[in-house]
Amino acid sequence: MTYFWITLGALIVSTALIKGAGPVLLGGRELPARFNGVISLMAPALLTALVVTSTFADGDHWEVGAMTIGVLVAAIAAWRGTSALWTVAIAVILTAALRLAGMP
Amino acid sequence: MTPADRDAFRSGVRIGIPFAAAGLVLSLSFGVLAREAGFGIVAPMLMSLLVWAGSAQFSALAVLTAGGTPLAAIAAATLMNSRFLPMGAALAPSLPGGPVKRFFQGQTVVDASWAVAARPDGTFDRWVLFGTSLPQFFAWQIGTLIGLLAGDAIGDLDRWGLDAVYPAFFAAILIPELRSRSKIGVAVAGGLIALALVPVAPPGVPVLAAALAALWGLRRTDA
Repeated sequence: MTYFWITLGALIVSTALIKGAGPVLLGGRELPARFNGVISLMAPALLTALVVTSTFADGDHWEVGAMTIGVLVAAIAAWRGTSALWTVAIAVILTAALRLAGMP
Repeated sequence: MTPADRDAFRSGVRIGIPFAAAGLVLSLSFGVLAREAGFGIVAPMLMSLLVWAGSAQFSALAVLTAGGTPLAAIAAATLMNSRFLPMGAALAPSLPGGPVKRFFQGQTVVDASWAVAARPDGTFDRWVLFGTSLPQFFAWQIGTLIGLLAGDAIGDLDRWGLDAVYPAFFAAILIPELRSRSKIGVAVAGGLIALALVPVAPPGVPVLAAALAALWGLRRTDA
């Protein structure tokens, strides 16, 4: 629990600083192109890592199941232009249905 | 606030509602997971109110739940938030007022509202940004609270497929952004790095290490 409070305190400060940094420091200025190149690729790298580690792994081991299929089908739908809300709905409904049918 | 600003704000609120609905379910699962992990009600609620960043909250929670240290949780969540640096930098010229006012306006940025407020010429409609963020903020708090309070009643999240909300939501944000070859390449590399490290690295490290794939950006701008 103490760990959670420490993490919370640090994240309140770091998130506010990160969100405020650009508007405060860079009002009207351009970022160096190299820095921008790396930062603009940060989101694809991190979001993909988050998605695949939640979809294809459970803690410290690889694991696939109903949710893997639900998210994969939803991802294909998103690729074809489905909105965020429907993408999430497809994943949830398909995952729940497969679990109802007995898939882990 | 001019009439045009008011219209922009209202259209932002309308655009924000579907994102708010998805966020509500997502924050609900955050609340349930935080409660199940034994972190009480007050601390996770304060996290949603004062941090208000889905991917950062989930990654911090995941690291702590898996027995990781606060340092690992803070590092993973902060790296997750690092995308707000370039978002804020791009937004900066569109925000009026002094540094303090710009700082607080910058706090309203979340992924969906930033993307919606971007104009083709590289400027931002700040009233669309504020409007889109507003329903998302309130839905995030309501969802967290419901998850924290009703966690036991909701019971096994997995049975309802709600564990799929989090990866599906981020897939929905990620996939429309994969418009260039370098972004697709970096996304694939980041995913492979993370998966490869899952069985061998401590919690949080696989996602942290995936950020290394973004160093590809250094090469790209050399050309």
